[in-house]
Amino acid sequence: MAAKSETTVQSRSDNPVRSVKVRYFALLKEERGLAEETITTGAPTLLDLYIELQQRHNFALPAEQLRVAVDDAFVDFASPLREGDVVVFVPPVAGG
Amino acid sequence: MSCSMFTLTDETIDSAALKERLKDDGAGAVLIFEGVVRNHNEGKKVRALSYEACDSLARAEAERLFEEARQRFHIVKCLVVHRLGDLQVGDTAVFVGVSTAHRDQAYAASRFLIDEIKIRLPIWKKEHYIDTSSAWVNCSHQAGEHSHQREHQPC
Repeated sequence: MAAKSETTVQSRSDNPVRSVKVRYFALLKEERGLAEETITTGAPTLLDLYIELQQRHNFALPAEQLRVAVDDAFVDFASPLREGDVVVFVPPVAGG
Repeated sequence: MSCSMFTLTDETIDSAALKERLKDDGAGAVLIFEGVVRNHNEGKKVRALSYEACDSLARAEAERLFEEARQRFHIVKCLVVHRLGDLQVGDTAVFVGVSTAHRDQAYAASRFLIDEIKIRLPIWKKEHYIDTSSAWVNCSHQAGEHSHQREHQPC
């Protein structure tokens, strides 16, 4: 039990909790039922955050079909999550 | 210094007015591409479309796209307008206008811009079908079907 407790503490220290804003559009907005929300999460990367949200809200699209943007610039899913990020998970686009 | 502008609008696109703004004494070519809502897609009869965009990200990405276009082509002026909201068959969904000194650059720049707009900008299209069903285009979560749709993205 002690070892488990230590692991938890270690994990928390590796993945500090951050507060980020997530904006939803199109299919994701419909699935989530709202346009944006503030999330408090220990997810270390954008991919981890998407997986967390996907599991919580049963999003149909896997991360492989999405792009992700932070503060109005497309970034890699492996990018670390930072306090205050404004995150947009971008479903497949269809402009034009 | 070339002039370029990207706009998202809920209102009908006034192509004639936009065309006038593309004119320049140094531009011998003014080329306009319009993407228009058509009545079918992927074998289904389309009644109407709804467009939605992430406004701030779309504008930022459009600026990056214009910068790339300016590096590749000798653009005098460039205007891109994309509709949001509900559109009917026959409505203009996107306007891409470029003016350049000569026609070759206009055709190349116009093609580059519309292709990149469709791939890159965070704009989503929901199709409403005659049978009253509807679907977000390209957002099928069946991987095989999705990749098929991506290769056949319509204008």
